Amino acid sequence: MNDEASQSTPILQMHDIRKAYGPVRVLEDVNLELSTGEVRCLAGENGSGKSTLIKILSGVVSADAGQVSLNSRQLGNDPMGAITAGLSVIYQDFSLFPNLSVWENIGFLTSVTSEDVLHRRSARRRLAIDTLKRMQVEIDPDAPVELLPVASKQLVAIARALANRARIIVMDEPTTALTRSEVAHLLEIVSALKKEGVSFLFVSHKIEEVFAVCDTVTVLRDGSVVVEGPIGAFDSERLVEAMTGRSVDSQRLPREESPVQRPFLAAEGLGRRGNFADVDLELRPGEIVSVVGLLGSGRTELAQTLFGYMKPDAGRIAIDGEAVSFKNQHDAIDRGIAYVPEDRLTEGLFLSQPIRDNITVSSLEKSTRFGIVRAAGLMQRARDAIKNLRIKAPDVTPAVATLSGGNQQRVVLARWMERDPKLLILNGPTVGVDVGSKREIHELLVSLSRSGTAVMVVTDDIAEAIALSDRILVMVRGRITASFDAATVDEDTLYNEVIREDRT
Amino acid sequence: MNALARIFATPQGIVFLVAVLFALVLGLLNPAFFTPSTLIDLARNGLVTGIFALGVMMVLASGGIDVSHTAIGAFAMYATMKIILGIDLDLPIIAYFVIAAAIGAGLGLINGLLIGGLGLNTLIVTLGTLSFFRGALLTFLGTTYITSVPREVINFSRTILIRIENAVGQMVSLPASFLVLVAVTIVLAIIMNFTLFGRKVYAIGGSEEAAQRIGIRIKRVKVLIYVIAGAIAGLAGMTHVTLSRMANPFDLVGMELNVIAAVVLGGARITGGHGTVLGTLLGVFVITMINTTLLMAGVPSYWQKFVIGCLIIVGTGLPIVFDRLAKHRQRMARPLEA
Repeated sequence: MNDEASQSTPILQMHDIRKAYGPVRVLEDVNLELSTGEVRCLAGENGSGKSTLIKILSGVVSADAGQVSLNSRQLGNDPMGAITAGLSVIYQDFSLFPNLSVWENIGFLTSVTSEDVLHRRSARRRLAIDTLKRMQVEIDPDAPVELLPVASKQLVAIARALANRARIIVMDEPTTALTRSEVAHLLEIVSALKKEGVSFLFVSHKIEEVFAVCDTVTVLRDGSVVVEGPIGAFDSERLVEAMTGRSVDSQRLPREESPVQRPFLAAEGLGRRGNFADVDLELRPGEIVSVVGLLGSGRTELAQTLFGYMKPDAGRIAIDGEAVSFKNQHDAIDRGIAYVPEDRLTEGLFLSQPIRDNITVSSLEKSTRFGIVRAAGLMQRARDAIKNLRIKAPDVTPAVATLSGGNQQRVVLARWMERDPKLLILNGPTVGVDVGSKREIHELLVSLSRSGTAVMVVTDDIAEAIALSDRILVMVRGRITASFDAATVDEDTLYNEVIREDRT
Repeated sequence: MNALARIFATPQGIVFLVAVLFALVLGLLNPAFFTPSTLIDLARNGLVTGIFALGVMMVLASGGIDVSHTAIGAFAMYATMKIILGIDLDLPIIAYFVIAAAIGAGLGLINGLLIGGLGLNTLIVTLGTLSFFRGALLTFLGTTYITSVPREVINFSRTILIRIENAVGQMVSLPASFLVLVAVTIVLAIIMNFTLFGRKVYAIGGSEEAAQRIGIRIKRVKVLIYVIAGAIAGLAGMTHVTLSRMANPFDLVGMELNVIAAVVLGGARITGGHGTVLGTLLGVFVITMINTTLLMAGVPSYWQKFVIGCLIIVGTGLPIVFDRLAKHRQRMARPLEA
């Protein structure tokens, strides 16, 4: 199949694409080709420039230099042009209309491209039903999309592209939210469509799927193509190495062993309906514990329950040996627990506010005398914090939005440090952070833990868990299925444990 | 949840329920309530609100909000009367409506260009233009009542569709102006349900980003939405003249909260993507019934505002509470498993 793909003329060509946002170069001389019926994987870590490349391809963002041509015709900076030329992008959020029915969603793209004036109900509905039939999936065409499960939304998004006779389908991390069997089904559909001559550009960093479905692979790192070729020329180690730029047996951060201490927080038989069950957990000062699991494994819910944001249905939580029941997160904060949320941009920061205010907002009482906040005190604490956490900022007054991702994450950390937490829970602490900052944040967390704070990290990044933690707990479908000593476990063992779906 | 509970978990369901209860209480207090003449009274009283509400519904369905519609209506009606009196021609009544709609569309275009073209916040823009249009009307066009309206308007307002006698022997009539509401209803129902433009309105209300990504020209659609809403507001203004047989530049502005309340009670969501022509008319009916009957019962008019405020809060809040309860119950029904 590989040979077949390489012989036909490319249907899509991207040539010397360049893009910079201000001083930051996101893409540099990127070349990419796609033949009829080819499935190409676009692999790369977060921040490698994958999303920007897709946006340029779909015409949403314009490139600073370079050309995109489809069927030997050059594409301009126009989403409509790309769509009519047969290119459909399926975004991670699927970009469906939640308020409209399944059939209307599927037919909408076709209606727009054929520039209908009237709403052709019966024709579009039939088109949608036919397309779903062709994909051999059973979804009620009249159901509103907002009521569908995630996997079905994914299929509706594919059906919408197919209904518009898409020849190239770009899928941005299509399997993030799917279960294993749903992924298998998706890959089957991809293979079937490939036989009909549809080409796919599969954006993913899940090595397993890349090997299961792709013919060729292009690896992007820091905005450039580092390696490209048929999938047969790769094995998983080489691919990971190409993506990360370092060998697989990654560098675990050096640390001094700390004596085992009494747990600060202990959970026993903790359960919450539909999220997790039978979780036993001990978090000790001087120790970093990672909870590793896929999206939907209950890892986030567990973290939020420990922080008092959600209530458990079963089990007990004890702090310093004393049973507690948090009514809300304020109770947890009062007991010295801090939580750095998953999406620091939407959940954690006031982006348009100065760095100073972001750092000091949850610890104003420290600089308050007789109910009045002293501005000078805030200023001083914020300055100390950016020095301690090595936040790269000219001063503490610019808005947080002006900082890079890694520095923004550090501002969130700084805010919690101001409260001197006894337990710091971090959810995906380095998502969207570049490799260098990632390492620095890790170092920061290690030194924090050695100074006597209990740290719990929730992540799906296996390399991060190994580099950072002392102990790794694996969460599969809401249960802790394994516990490893981070110093001795290797990445493969851990990976296989994390993706294990069938419980024994 | 069974079917009945599901109906009452929707804003329309609750509104309908409240309306029925309200009507029953009124019927018990005053047996004359359940007569055809009441219905005609309501149709007449809710006429202008209804026309305004249909335009506002379209804006809400697209995820925006328009509070300037009453100012557009007032401006359009007063300007129309000024123009026609100024040129002193015998125009057929339809021309009055065409001119008013055109003026309304022109003012709507200003909203549209600010919101669609410049991408400004709809509430801020229409709050601004509400004041701007009203100020422009009173400053540049005049503040005097036009009581000597042309013969065509008088004739039209005397044209009666239905006339019946009510319980106390008075004649209750439905004027021909009601046809404007019927026409706007039909045209808007066609636009929203049978044209791609209408579907794009819902699509944008559902997810603006998704709409952009599949190649819908959002700016264009938005501009057109506000132009149409403006035209509808112009028609509402002109209809108001034919009912009151005079043009008072101080009229209309002030009723926008009533209109928005009716639209929201009719099922349109402030977050966009939802709203139907039929639901909106139901909302208007309920609001009008409450206003009219409270007035008839001699309840002070500030009570109306109180009741309508309660209805908005209950109508929009209760479904959300129900939804949360249902989700909680659903979760608790699951086994203690992951």
